[in-house]
Amino acid sequence: MTGRVATPPSDPVAALLRGYERYAGVADELVDAKGEMRPVWRPFVQHLGRLSRDTVAARFARGDQYLRDAGVFYRLYAESGSDERSWPLSHVPVIVHETEWDEISAGLIQRAELLEKVAADLYGPNKLVAGGHLPAQLVAQNPEWLRPMVGVVPKGGHFLHFLAFEIGRSPDGSWFVLGDRTQAPSGAGFALENRVATSRVFTDFFAGANVHRLAAFFRGFRDAMNGLRKDESTRVGILSPGPMNDTYFEHTYIARYLGFMLLEGEDLVVQDGAVMVRTVAGLKPVDVLWRRLDARFADPLELDPSSRIGTPGMVGALRAGQVAMVNALGSGLLETRAFLAFLPRICEVLMGERLKLPNIATWWCGQSAERAYVLANAERMLIGPALSNRLPFEADGATVQGRAFRPGAHAAVSDWIAAEGPALVGQEAVTLSTTPAYVDGRLRPLPMSLRAFVVRTPDGWQVMPGGYARIGRTKDASAIAMQRGGSVADVWIVSDKPVEADTMVAAPETFRRSELGVLPSRAADNLYWLGRYVERVETAVRLLRAWHLRLAESGTADRPLLKSLGKYLAAHGFDPVQPIAEALAERVDDARSCAGKVRDRFSTDGWMALSDLAAAASAMPGPDHAGDDTARALGQFLRQIAGFSGLVHENMYRFTGWRFLTLGRALERANSMCWTLATFADAKAPEGALDLAVEVGDSLMSHRRRYTVATNRATVIDLLALDDRNPRAIFFQLSEIRNQIAKLPGSDAAGPMPQLPRRVLELHTGLAVLSPDELTTDGLLKLRGATAGLSGLIADTYFG
Amino acid sequence: MLYDITASIDYAYNQPSGLGRTLLRLLPVTVPGAQKLIAGALTTAPAAAERIDRLDFFGNPVTEVAFREATRSASFRIQARVERIAQAPSLDLSPPLKRLAEELYDYDDLGPAAPHHFLGPSERVRPSAAMTAYARDHLAKGETTLAVVQALGGALYQDMRFDASATTVDTDPSEAFAARHGVCQDFSHIMIACLRGIGIPAGYVSGYLRTSPPKGEARLAGADAMHAWVRAWCGVEGGWVEFDPTNDLMVGSDHIVVAVGRDYDDVAPVKGVLRTAGRSASGHSVDVIPLG
Repeated sequence: MTGRVATPPSDPVAALLRGYERYAGVADELVDAKGEMRPVWRPFVQHLGRLSRDTVAARFARGDQYLRDAGVFYRLYAESGSDERSWPLSHVPVIVHETEWDEISAGLIQRAELLEKVAADLYGPNKLVAGGHLPAQLVAQNPEWLRPMVGVVPKGGHFLHFLAFEIGRSPDGSWFVLGDRTQAPSGAGFALENRVATSRVFTDFFAGANVHRLAAFFRGFRDAMNGLRKDESTRVGILSPGPMNDTYFEHTYIARYLGFMLLEGEDLVVQDGAVMVRTVAGLKPVDVLWRRLDARFADPLELDPSSRIGTPGMVGALRAGQVAMVNALGSGLLETRAFLAFLPRICEVLMGERLKLPNIATWWCGQSAERAYVLANAERMLIGPALSNRLPFEADGATVQGRAFRPGAHAAVSDWIAAEGPALVGQEAVTLSTTPAYVDGRLRPLPMSLRAFVVRTPDGWQVMPGGYARIGRTKDASAIAMQRGGSVADVWIVSDKPVEADTMVAAPETFRRSELGVLPSRAADNLYWLGRYVERVETAVRLLRAWHLRLAESGTADRPLLKSLGKYLAAHGFDPVQPIAEALAERVDDARSCAGKVRDRFSTDGWMALSDLAAAASAMPGPDHAGDDTARALGQFLRQIAGFSGLVHENMYRFTGWRFLTLGRALERANSMCWTLATFADAKAPEGALDLAVEVGDSLMSHRRRYTVATNRATVIDLLALDDRNPRAIFFQLSEIRNQIAKLPGSDAAGPMPQLPRRVLELHTGLAVLSPDELTTDGLLKLRGATAGLSGLIADTYFG
Repeated sequence: MLYDITASIDYAYNQPSGLGRTLLRLLPVTVPGAQKLIAGALTTAPAAAERIDRLDFFGNPVTEVAFREATRSASFRIQARVERIAQAPSLDLSPPLKRLAEELYDYDDLGPAAPHHFLGPSERVRPSAAMTAYARDHLAKGETTLAVVQALGGALYQDMRFDASATTVDTDPSEAFAARHGVCQDFSHIMIACLRGIGIPAGYVSGYLRTSPPKGEARLAGADAMHAWVRAWCGVEGGWVEFDPTNDLMVGSDHIVVAVGRDYDDVAPVKGVLRTAGRSASGHSVDVIPLG
């Protein structure tokens, strides 16, 4: 049935809904079968209708700004590589009444329970296959059926803990399941971000709109995960495939939100059946892992031997019952398309009841009657690989819509099915409902599917009251048209009564100070190098600025000091005569790459400050603006670096991670000052070099106040090498290194002093007793080598 | 027939290397009615920090060892006494291929001996149009599955050249097939791909061969190292049969089974994650002595 929404002309929402159509044979979220607006939408649409277009634009921008500031992006993969794109939020939420949602929830909970039973059977007694309820070959030939996991009883007794279901609404208005996500479902974190952004867009309205909050769901999940630990001495880990994964942002976000440790395969090692985290304080056990990487990558020893992101022995640890894996390795099997053909019957067999929520009609072409049916109805079918785990509307290159075959080419379908029948399934070419999106001042219906999330808690399965909606780009409502390039939306489950406002924070009376977490070695390594790289950028910028200032004064680069400085810059990888933007941006990217690997430990502001630095580096003026203009831009850049350092060093809690960041900065600063002084405080250095050193060391004022004379070698060495109060001095930084190392794990051990603190003490003391004339150029170069050696010792001690 | 078997695999590295965790499949398996491991021991040098002995999915004995310290050499060694029970020749009870497919469809079981594991693609053996076509060329109408297996194995033996230097442990079967050369691993992988291509479930067997032939018989190829051959499913009545394409014969009491799987990847004698920056060299020796 096609129908335009009936609205009286005086209605404030009339303009908004003008032209809003319910397409023939397609259900719509906003408009019911009679062509009337569903009551649950009315308050929202009225609110939106009262806002001017400018106001709407401003509010949407507010939501988008939030997402940008939070660093939410998605990664677009193309042949040319991957690309970060801004988050495509469709600001109008999908609104569902709680009564309807309760029905959906009951269906999803039944399905979660069913899938658990199927998993337990397929990795256990195999009664489903023996009973003829599931063809043996769909399991035996399935790459997700992991033989090493057969017979392994999961710790805690359950295979499945966190599930997602892709659901859609049929033309008749009922809901159905498009596919099960059991491997490592993504999207819950994005659902949360969509919620935050959307509630900011509609701040005033949202507060009173009786929208069920998401926090209780996440709290339930967090508590359930924490409850799987054997005691409170360990933390739950999120096992991530790493920054190149398209949902890595979600891993970092949810790790921060739930207080879990973000881990990668190389952070872990298996010893005597237990999974241990490599930390700066040695190996520490972890006994609950929320797995976000596909199972076959988890263990190169027993699963995919080519995996470089796994942990050898992980399967053995699971076999030993030492670690709870959420979800169990091998649960990806349940995502198999062909299973959808058998689950309705299996539900009756295992649960003694019918599916409350049907799944997409599916026929396996390995059975003769089903094969004949698919052939006869090919034009209404999506035909594709039986063992695929893709959702029906996700293009995989192998799935073909039956009607895409030209009428005369029907033989090709039958040939295909005849040749490869058991490898194929036919699925009904479903039609999804449409939901409103705001386009040019009006609402437009676009096709939608919804991802719902279900978690196991000690009190049973809990369904997130909300979800992650995906919205197609074009109005073509057939499912297949829902392609990449679509947008996403928040899902509001609305009650008739006020709902409880809720947050993640525990009730006040249960106050407890969390244990300071252990720091994985890999995270420490990245923080340390982040500190070094940012300092390296700062040094380079100071040197470049000094060059441009002197160029502005003299008008020519053909002076001994400028030449000497140019040579020194070249050794740092910069040619001041060439454009500096690219070289500088590369250095900032080194820092950003390190920060990107520890985003769960890094404030959003700090990350944004680094992004700003990257943008500023790329915008550096070219050689046409050499001299004053460039010097000014570099000066501004230095202030931005100071802003970043301020954010990090003033605001970051003194976790062990902060110490490594600080250590990196101190070591880099000491190292580069050794080199700077060896070059510019040398007897053979050109005139003006001492002043240059003082300027690069940002100590002009200090020098003026401390010494009554103009610069000479003794004053410069005293101020920049031996001073214990000048934060630019080598000695000051060695003190900092000594202090930080003393507070790191392992330094306070009884017995002989370990190598690293001993070496630091040697260097520190060695410098403390020197006078300026005793610290020669040669001595400075040796000291530089010694600090580089310290870096190696730090790596051996903590990052190995 | 009773055998005393010793075998060792040795590695030498030119700089200390972290062995990490390693899976070993070197000890003969007990197969009821066909082969019995009377006594056996697997030792490692250096000694392992962790060791677990268990059976894998297919029922093969597997030893998981872990080392904590880096080492310049490693040695894995077994000693075993095995009884191999000669099988009396039996009637060919296998069905023609068309009926094999029906028997397979009706076979509702996922146990380790179920044929379903051995029909689809596996880690090392992927479907290949060339090998499937080759297998089709060697089909004759109305033949039993067993006859097909033997004819195909014989054809491969005729067409392939045994060449120990032409391929490595990592060679892709398609590549070895295109050049029609290789060692027992290649022969077996190729025959498996051919059989699966025409719908016959086929798997990989690793094991040992008796070192010296009985008087008057030729020495079998592959006796100086671990050997490999093929098993094929010949229907509910015909069961699993084993064929050695490198020597063109049905497997008898000269072959001692260590492990069965879908391909080499399931049964690799030494499988592990080695952390080394340097070069390595390996050597191996096998002695299979009949005790009269």
